[in-house]
Amino acid sequence: MTKPRIKLPVSAKVGEVIEIKTLISHVMETGQRKDPEGKTIPRQIINAFTAKYAGNAVFAADIQPGMSANPYLSFFMKVPGPGEFEFTWTEDGGKTIVEKQKLNVA
Amino acid sequence: MRHTVLANRLDRRQFTIGAAAGMAAAAIPVSVLAQDSTATPAWEQAVKKVLGDAKPIEGKVTIEMPEIAENGNTVPFSITVESPMSDKDYIKAIHVIATANPQPGVATFRFTPLSGKATVSSRLRLARTQDVISIAEASDGRFLMSKRSVKVTIGGCGG
Repeated sequence: MTKPRIKLPVSAKVGEVIEIKTLISHVMETGQRKDPEGKTIPRQIINAFTAKYAGNAVFAADIQPGMSANPYLSFFMKVPGPGEFEFTWTEDGGKTIVEKQKLNVA
Repeated sequence: MRHTVLANRLDRRQFTIGAAAGMAAAAIPVSVLAQDSTATPAWEQAVKKVLGDAKPIEGKVTIEMPEIAENGNTVPFSITVESPMSDKDYIKAIHVIATANPQPGVATFRFTPLSGKATVSSRLRLARTQDVISIAEASDGRFLMSKRSVKVTIGGCGG
């Protein structure tokens, strides 16, 4: 897993519904493919994503192998006030990547 | 002329193979066919797992997807459910199921009133031409369901 990319609006007003876009590089190995020797390549995917804002859950995803490589997610939030996002990606095996980003609330 | 002869031979050969396969299939006990279309397909089991015994309201989930996906490895989609997304009335989850994938589960997206809007966009894999089903779960326990068919030129989930 590499550093994820996050896109937030430059600034937002309280009560406004904003779009949040996230992207992380990951092969999302399904566990269905075989290597040239015919051995099954073990499943290795990002199986969960969560987005919190000021400690409260905004959006989450339970991810299965049907999701494309380099999972992209776009979702929304009604801005409750100033705060910071915390995004977490969890890989099979339990490894996580956490990314924090402040929202500029005008 | 040569072509015709060749074609005829091929036809006969295919016929023979087909007949043999048919006979073989007839000899296979039912238990072996558990994953085949004769039993409950995996996608139906996935739908049942979400719904339980509930009856979904059809057609209230908007699925935006290309009609023809050139590359099944990455098919963009966007799903929206109309909802006030208030503390009392909101969409809790949206499930996505690809009916003809070897593993039909794609994802379950979870929302809160803080989401403001029950909309999610992402990209999924489609092994071949098929229907994609989306089931939304409302905070009052109602289920909403829609289906969308997508033609796939080159399948994803490559083996």
